Amino acid sequence: MSENTDVWEVFIQSKNGLPHKHAGSVHATDKEMALQNARDLYTRRKEGSSIWVVKATNIVASQAEDSDSFFDPSDDKMYRHPTFYTMPDGAKNI
Amino acid sequence: MSNLLNYTLRIADNALILGQRMSQWCSNGPTLEEDIAMVNISLDLFGQANGFYEYASSIDGNKSADDFAFLRSEREYFNSLIVEQKNGHFGDTIVRNSLFDVYAVLFYIKLGKSKDETLAALGSKSLKEAKYHLRHSSNWLIRLGDGTEESKEKVQTSLNDIWMFTGNLFEMDELDSEMFSSGIGVNNTALKPEWDKEVNKILGKAKLTRPEDSYMQTGSKKGVHTEHLGHLLSEMQYLQRTHPDAKW
Amino acid sequence: MSEEQFQKRIDNEEKIEPKDWMPDNYRKHLIRQISQHAHSEVIGMQPEGNWITRAPSLRSKMILLAKIQDEAGHGLYLYSACETLGVSREQLVQQLHDKKAKYSSIFNYPTLNWADMGAIGWLVDGAAIVNQVSLQRTSYGPYSRGMVRICKEESFHQRQGYEIMATMAAGTPEQKQMAQDALNRIWWPSIMMFGPHDADSPRSGKALKWKIKRETNDELRQRFIDKTVQQTEIIGLTIPDPHLKWNEERGHYDYGKIDWDEFWNVVKGNGPCNKQRLDHHKKAHSEGEWVRNAAIAYQKKIELLTS
Repeated sequence: MSENTDVWEVFIQSKNGLPHKHAGSVHATDKEMALQNARDLYTRRKEGSSIWVVKATNIVASQAEDSDSFFDPSDDKMYRHPTFYTMPDGAKNI
Repeated sequence: MSNLLNYTLRIADNALILGQRMSQWCSNGPTLEEDIAMVNISLDLFGQANGFYEYASSIDGNKSADDFAFLRSEREYFNSLIVEQKNGHFGDTIVRNSLFDVYAVLFYIKLGKSKDETLAALGSKSLKEAKYHLRHSSNWLIRLGDGTEESKEKVQTSLNDIWMFTGNLFEMDELDSEMFSSGIGVNNTALKPEWDKEVNKILGKAKLTRPEDSYMQTGSKKGVHTEHLGHLLSEMQYLQRTHPDAKW
Repeated sequence: MSEEQFQKRIDNEEKIEPKDWMPDNYRKHLIRQISQHAHSEVIGMQPEGNWITRAPSLRSKMILLAKIQDEAGHGLYLYSACETLGVSREQLVQQLHDKKAKYSSIFNYPTLNWADMGAIGWLVDGAAIVNQVSLQRTSYGPYSRGMVRICKEESFHQRQGYEIMATMAAGTPEQKQMAQDALNRIWWPSIMMFGPHDADSPRSGKALKWKIKRETNDELRQRFIDKTVQQTEIIGLTIPDPHLKWNEERGHYDYGKIDWDEFWNVVKGNGPCNKQRLDHHKKAHSEGEWVRNAAIAYQKKIELLTS
């Protein structure tokens, strides 16, 4: 039985100007194979114009246990959202 | 049969037969990823074949693309000998495909400049796919040639065994010469130096030894093939032959 | 996190993601369900692959190839989703080979004429669609997202099959006979795809509670039958069930007794193609070992050079 091959996470940019979105993963032994496998698996229906592949082991993720301190503080700072402010009627371009 | 029709069939048949070979890999690949890759290549090839057969059909004015694809007899197909060679193991397939793919890219580059608008358009479209196929096959050839001792030995053997079918790709018979002089067809012989350069580069990276040029098999342009083609065609044509009145 | 807190998340329709806490049994259940779904996609390539080289037209050949390619892709999405639960692809393949993991038993039937390609696309993919649409709302994030992707691709599969059946049913007498023959053989195994009746399905309770499953086997089976009867009538074929009858009161079709003996026989390994399907998969896998080894060896050489 052969060894496990690396898992690569795949990110596809569907249209120029848009961000790359996570599409899933592929197995491959090197980056060229990873790109080809990602292209064959995730862009058969013209879903994208650009592919990024990243070895899964290179991804650093925030921990679910930390989401309290990591994310909640941004939850009560509504003043970061433009909808928080009341604008005078009739004011344009603001 | 007109020259243009005959010439178009040669191109279509290459795509058809190699497409049929690649489709045989379905559910047989060394990884699931390769299954997808090879079926993808097969699909591209059938698409190319379909394009060229549709053109053949319009030239003929009578037979349909499917008629050309499914209802000719063994001596009436004009694909090159290399594409009808069996899949064998994965290494055999990769070697066969690499050698053909280099040719296909060079061929389609030239065909894209044909005076015949349809052939030129088909050539340009097919070129994009051929480039990807070459990327796939050459990258695998490198990994197999420069992988393990076992893989190197296997593909060196594949290379030695199939080499005698490569000369066939660069032949120019009377039809080829006529088509070339009228600005429609491609000068196959003129592709050879570039093919040599590219193949030598890939074999170098793959740490494989280029076989000695020896006797080259021939005959495909006259419909004289290896025994493999007959079996491939029997299977492919079975339903159409068994139900001649049916529409599918 | 406790099981109560976890259940609360489920009840709130929250998605569970790979790094979230989950009960051991939730993880185990998902690994089993997702991997079996993946194995089904991959094994399913074989009965359809059986007719690729004999496809009767360029168009039908390309469509069938594209469909099977999708199945392989679905297998890959599902293996990916399963791996997020802490199991490797090699382990999953080993489980399949050791018969520790199952796959949908419909694929243990042979494909005997071209119309089987139609019947499989129309009925088997049709049944899968009913199941998969429901699974889009499954609680585990990667599985749910995989299912959304799969559902987008699946509808052409069913149409492809139905088109073949319609064409043949309206064709020569031989073609119509082939189509009816395929329907006769594939109908009952298709409705068995939804699994045992609810009363006989022990794992369903937990699966529903954890929203891994969103509807019961019988609910999904009934939905599939109701949709398909009309489609069959339109193309002039007959479903091989003399007890099939519209029940005005229920608002659904009543249908005949399923032969569960046959179902369990096939699940146990006695179907026409069980041995063949597994042998085929093992053979491809073992014959490909030298290729995978070569790729890994090459990778190691590159890493040495660039380190």
